[in-house]
Amino acid sequence: MANYHDIRYDFAIPSGADVGDMILIKTLTASDNGTLSFVDGASDVVLDSTYKTYVFKFINVNPVSGASNPKFQFNGSDDASSHSYDVQKTTTCIQSWHKEDGTNSGVLYNTSFDLSESDNTDYGIVGTNFQSLNFGDGNVDADANGGGELWLFNPSSTTYVTHFQANFNNCASDPSTENDRVAGYFNVTAAITALQFKYSSGNIESGKIKLYGIA
Amino acid sequence: MATYASIKYDMALSSSHTGGGSMVLLSTQTASGDGTISFTSGIDSTFDNYVFKYINVHPADNAIAFHFNGTIDGSNWNVAKTTSHTRAYHLEDDTGAAVDYLGAHDLAQGTGFQALSNDVGNDADQQCSGTLKLFNPSSTTFVKHFIAETQTAHGANYPQPSYVAGYFNTTSAVTGIQFKFNSGNIDAGSIKLYGIKDS
Repeated sequence: MANYHDIRYDFAIPSGADVGDMILIKTLTASDNGTLSFVDGASDVVLDSTYKTYVFKFINVNPVSGASNPKFQFNGSDDASSHSYDVQKTTTCIQSWHKEDGTNSGVLYNTSFDLSESDNTDYGIVGTNFQSLNFGDGNVDADANGGGELWLFNPSSTTYVTHFQANFNNCASDPSTENDRVAGYFNVTAAITALQFKYSSGNIESGKIKLYGIA
Repeated sequence: MATYASIKYDMALSSSHTGGGSMVLLSTQTASGDGTISFTSGIDSTFDNYVFKYINVHPADNAIAFHFNGTIDGSNWNVAKTTSHTRAYHLEDDTGAAVDYLGAHDLAQGTGFQALSNDVGNDADQQCSGTLKLFNPSSTTFVKHFIAETQTAHGANYPQPSYVAGYFNTTSAVTGIQFKFNSGNIDAGSIKLYGIKDS
């Protein structure tokens, strides 16, 4: 006869159980991909009202060798089917850096990579373009990579703009460490149903992006 | 008589259970006049993202830095790092506030300890608390990034959030992390190590 010891873990915790924790939804592993996309309802991805907070974690993401000044970027989609990744955004960008040889360091607000509703005169980018998560020229050495996270708050809201904030650390080509903090909002009241990641130049050679929901 | 309803949750979940959360508490260390607190087990390829939470860390000495280092051999805390260190502050009497870069508390290929916060106060109610996130420390291909946010009650009596980030510039696996103050003991506080599950 089965006793309690035998059966005590023989169950799956209901998905709605109040475990008060991070729930891994999906891991995408890059292998020379042009883009990596998380689309609600596709490939087991959940990006809807199931969770109020989502976090993407970036593990050892790196561009292909030969990529020209690569910046790791993201955009959102608010259309249910075509997913054009062109949601209007206004953002802030704070950059801290320190070169490996110690000759240069600092912190600044980087106006070249923030987004607004109008043209950015530095790079000609507009608020519907992809938002860069790193601002310096990416290092393409074999051991170089980027790591960090992007938090997304209540993307299913149809009442409010959708806030996000990111903290990304990258190997820059100087070589230097570069810590970039991006925050802003998708300036729409439509639900954000998908996010896409890519490099500004070249493919994503390797690395993982994980999506968690916060219960 | 006990019923199933009364006893159904009277158990600890196994660390390998499915369907639960992804943030797994691996260990907690509580300081009590310790010179260092070291985590030398549990940091391996089991997880590719680790989180340290340091809570109410109180120094014995006043206005000193709380800092950390890594090891690749389990005993020597001297991994080369390049880091950046930005902080903000606001004086309690409102006479000063700013955000700036702390060049005295960053490292350029340095093997010494990296400050998570400088000038932590040792008044009875002062302490620092924060989070250090470590990405894929077991990689033997890539440098290992870390990002940290620390809130400090400064020894000169003001709040100071610190934003530290960088990388262990090694392709050897980082297998341990040690915390200490740059002077005196860790009088009190707890440090928790979590692994973020891969499935």
